[in-house]
Amino acid sequence: MSENLIEVKGLTKKYGDFVAVNGIDFHVRKSESFGFLGPNGAGKSTTMRILAATSRRTSGQVSVLGKDPEIYGPQIRAHLGVVPQEGNLDVQLTVTENLYIYGRYFGLSSKFIRSKIDDLLEFAQLVDKRDVKVEALSGGMKRRLIIARSLVSEPDILILDEPTTGLDPQARHILWDRLFRLKEDGMTLLITTHYMDEAEQLCDRLIVMDKGSIMSEGSPADLIKKYSTKEVLEVRFGSNRNADMAPTLQNLCDRIEVLPDRILLYAEDAEAVLEDIIGAGHHPNTSLVRRSSLEDVFLRLTGRSLIE
Amino acid sequence: MLLSAAVAIAERRSGRLGDKYYAGRSHIVLERSLIAFKSSTWVVIVTGFVEPVLYLLSFGYGVGKFIGSIDSGTGRMVSYAAFIAPGLLATSAMNGAIYDSTWNVFFKLRESRLYHAMLATSLGPLDVALGEIAWALLRGLIYAIGFMAVVAPLGLIPSWWGILAIPAAVLIAFGFASIGMAITSYFTSFQQMSLVNIVLLPMFLFSGSFYPLTVFPGWVQGMIKALPLSQAIQLVRGLTLGAINVGLLSHVLYFLVMIACGLFITTRRLDALFMR
Ligand SMILES: Nc1ncnc2c1ncn2[C@@H]1O[C@H](COP(=O)(O)OP(=O)(O)OP(=O)(O)O)[C@@H](O)[C@H]1O
Ligand SMILES: [Mg+2]
Repeated sequence: MSENLIEVKGLTKKYGDFVAVNGIDFHVRKSESFGFLGPNGAGKSTTMRILAATSRRTSGQVSVLGKDPEIYGPQIRAHLGVVPQEGNLDVQLTVTENLYIYGRYFGLSSKFIRSKIDDLLEFAQLVDKRDVKVEALSGGMKRRLIIARSLVSEPDILILDEPTTGLDPQARHILWDRLFRLKEDGMTLLITTHYMDEAEQLCDRLIVMDKGSIMSEGSPADLIKKYSTKEVLEVRFGSNRNADMAPTLQNLCDRIEVLPDRILLYAEDAEAVLEDIIGAGHHPNTSLVRRSSLEDVFLRLTGRSLIE
Repeated sequence: MLLSAAVAIAERRSGRLGDKYYAGRSHIVLERSLIAFKSSTWVVIVTGFVEPVLYLLSFGYGVGKFIGSIDSGTGRMVSYAAFIAPGLLATSAMNGAIYDSTWNVFFKLRESRLYHAMLATSLGPLDVALGEIAWALLRGLIYAIGFMAVVAPLGLIPSWWGILAIPAAVLIAFGFASIGMAITSYFTSFQQMSLVNIVLLPMFLFSGSFYPLTVFPGWVQGMIKALPLSQAIQLVRGLTLGAINVGLLSHVLYFLVMIACGLFITTRRLDALFMR
């Protein structure tokens, strides 16, 4: 089970002088679900494109299934199912035709593909849209179709770049469930996402990237333990007063983060902190005690909140 | 690990020359064009066919009425309609190929990102380029046959050599398509595409579709004759009017060189386009 399907050492990608990915190392094991977190422009998609053999690296070593994607492009891509961040469905074709021709690109026979189409339509919940032109689908439907399309070749590795962006909550949960099952069947998943709950649900291990570098790596639970406290207290004093209150509250907790709309106080026992605050005569407009999440790790590592 | 069908197929070509660029499946790219064509591009095809016929009717028979017959350039007098028919065939072969290899390719490259989708699979960039050019040629062939089917019964193709105008049109389309694709690979915005029209329109007007080049002074004639459309017209006109001579081979050679250059540049550009 410790077989490394993907190994990356010192991977660097430059666009002109701009360094998009700056010497990163990581590896992904078979049947693992591996996540990439990071703010916009961190280099997640760039890294994924290089792994997917659709972009050339500037330097470093990359091995996917034991081969260099730059040398064995078509052979490696035959193992992959790719859901790109930007949609690239064939707008001139219908839903079914999109699935069909995509399978044909892999060289699969018409018969084989046709035997899979019904299942894939089911997967994408697009059975009743099967003969509709892709242009006429809603954004979320297109997204689901792209995901279904990536499965037509029965890939060993599924590369999902923000797969659930644009999906409604129900469709997201259905997708999580399906991805989970694919993983149980032995598929390896690479996922980027801006949804921390998604990362916590889906990823065995993840890296947090910022400005082309890896800030940290580990399982969601490890990362939370390492970079955050057990609990968090969120208080709001109104946007004008939040910043003024911060110095006063600083001593009451392990760490404090002041966001434009609220203050986050990190502590092992957040309830106790709230009592202290009220005891000191301060009265926040609202307060909330919750467990630490990846959101807090992200904030700590990148200095940026996701919900700004 | 159990090999999936897709992997087994891809491995079959492994180790062969160019396996990085070519998976041996350009026909699938062509298949995609046929599926898309079935539903959406009918209008374009019909326009491509109707356009030269309309030119022929309005100029050949309208203007032709005032002109009567004209020196074909070989000393033989032919009807004006018979004079311009090969010019229109060559021009429509060019236009179709250019349209496919510039506008359509640009759209699929930058807008719909179709090529990105194709290249996320086990296809190689050369499969995509060849498949797309093959489609341009197939369309060129259909246009040429359609046009000939209209003009031959009208008596505008005096020579049996004229049949060869059909493969000649495909050759011409191939030349323009491969150069067109190479040029499109450098474009980054739709605005730049109008540059193509700026070049094509004067070439269309002055390359001798509508009148013999003898109206120009000698040095201008020489310059125009070197242009690809003029080469194309000379080739097709020689065939339809049966003026067969070794000179025609030089035009064929001209297009072979054009194809080679276009494919060479395109193939070299594919990496830059697809592997950014
Ligand atoms: N084709 C390109 N040419 C030039 N610069 C690029 C190109 N693609 C990406 N970049 C730059 O590289 C950096 C990383 O981009 P990338 O798409 O990998 O970010 P990301 O982590 O996926 O971000 P997001 O969360 O917004 O999707 C960005 O600064 C971006 O502007
Ligand atoms: Mg991205």
